[in-house]
Amino acid sequence: MAILLFAEHDNIALSEQTAKALSAAAKIGGDIDILVAGKDVSTVAEASAKLSGVRTVLVAQSDALENQLAENAASLIVSLSGDYDTIVAAATANGKNILPRVAALLDVMQISEVMDVVDPDTFKRPIYAGNAVEVVQTTDATKVMTIRTSSFGATEDGSTTAPIKSIDVGAADAGKSSFIENILSQNDRPELGSAKIIVSGGRALGSEEKFKAVITPLADKLGAAVGASRAAVDAGYAPNDLQVGQTGKVVAPDLYIACGISGAIQHLAGMKDSKIIVAINTDEDAPIFQVADYGIVGDLFDVLPELEGQL
Amino acid sequence: MKVLVPVKRVVDYNVKIRVKADGSGVDLANVKMSMNPFDEIAVEEAVRLKENGQADEVVAVSIGPAQAQETLRTALAMGADRAILITVDGPVEPLSVAKILAGVVKDEQPELVILGKQAIDDDANQTGQMLSALLDWSQATFASKLELGSDSAKVTREVDGGLQAINISLPAIVTADLRLNEPRYASLPNIMKAKKKPLDTKTPDDFGVSVASRLRVIRVEEPAVRQAGVKVANVAELTAKLKNEAGVI
Repeated sequence: MAILLFAEHDNIALSEQTAKALSAAAKIGGDIDILVAGKDVSTVAEASAKLSGVRTVLVAQSDALENQLAENAASLIVSLSGDYDTIVAAATANGKNILPRVAALLDVMQISEVMDVVDPDTFKRPIYAGNAVEVVQTTDATKVMTIRTSSFGATEDGSTTAPIKSIDVGAADAGKSSFIENILSQNDRPELGSAKIIVSGGRALGSEEKFKAVITPLADKLGAAVGASRAAVDAGYAPNDLQVGQTGKVVAPDLYIACGISGAIQHLAGMKDSKIIVAINTDEDAPIFQVADYGIVGDLFDVLPELEGQL
Repeated sequence: MKVLVPVKRVVDYNVKIRVKADGSGVDLANVKMSMNPFDEIAVEEAVRLKENGQADEVVAVSIGPAQAQETLRTALAMGADRAILITVDGPVEPLSVAKILAGVVKDEQPELVILGKQAIDDDANQTGQMLSALLDWSQATFASKLELGSDSAKVTREVDGGLQAINISLPAIVTADLRLNEPRYASLPNIMKAKKKPLDTKTPDDFGVSVASRLRVIRVEEPAVRQAGVKVANVAELTAKLKNEAGVI
């Protein structure tokens, strides 16, 4: 039997998330087909075909699939599921939207956010926002799982190219929902979920104005995304979509700079998988220093401008 | 319009959980329990729909131990009209939860079900999508804005890189993300009033659903522990280490 990997893309480019999910699929073992569902997706299909270890790229194109609405995408995957014993997608907003629907239609339990493959039926996944790790074994005939891509490296392009096969999608529109528009962030700053560097501010910033005046220039200098602790968000210093933590976004950048963040459990849950953590705090006993690779005990209003100047 | 809001009793988000030494699970003895924060947002949204005249009844439902009554009382104190508890001891997987909820939907005939996008204990993020699949309804997950019409709704969703607006036909499933609203605190008079609101109790058998697990939890482990690093004396030392030792800038 084989593995079907649902590709993450915007009809133009293949997301690196797919190459990472492919690494997890390769660890499970078996023939791997990538499904590219969308409209005018030839560049995405070609990029998928180059990835190492792919048997076939299946391309499903229609107006109904253009925006990968859950009802239509799930029906498509279910229609192909007879040829596969494992169905995989990156745990992106899309993957998380579509795959549980597939699992329910197949009457199986999805395994969410797989962070390690122990054996082909046994997986590790985070629970309690990563404060515990559950090792689960599935008994279902078909395995449906999303992959926590921050736990896997990206598969490189291989020396050969996989064949690309168009599949007939039939009448693919369930007519239940329709796309209106995407309102994507217009700033040049990278998105929190995929940023290599994040500069994050806490309650010590003291006001929205100071948050902007101190955090933003450093983030701009580093080409970094801006994050915030829940305390800073609750105090109104930063908007909610910047929140990093158990009730916000879970991030794992190469470098996370925590400024004036004490390190509450709920915040640590959202960033402790970062490769390098820098903490700047006036309180030398702040819990954030227990997870930081490098700490500076000092006033962020002195440290951050100096840091920006030295970069 | 009737709105159904499923709520889950979970470990309070402020609690630092401990993994049991024998690896059998997470220690839940004497731990503060609360309503799942995303479910609070779902309840708030449903209550607001009622307050602005778009919904005429809000029914809260929970699947869990007898103590989940407290969670339902919280939902009632926030403004839900009545509650249903489906009593189950021990963990129930999202697929079983969705099957039980599909049964509740058949009984109650709501036009809208609003759920939290995920529970902060098992972090599965599946129940809403599964319920939608089982009912063959439209779904809008990770909602940050809900604009309800008479036979459809416009939902703004949190997606990677920004927002997506979609239109869904009713009946529908909506799952709540963090920015949908800020849940209210129940006032003391409303907490008192909630004690008198109706709360029915049922079992999974009433819906013909088995709660046997499909996934076998082999063990629960502590996550890899980060070692505390070093404190540096000044910014120059920090930048040197980031460049030369860590290689991240």
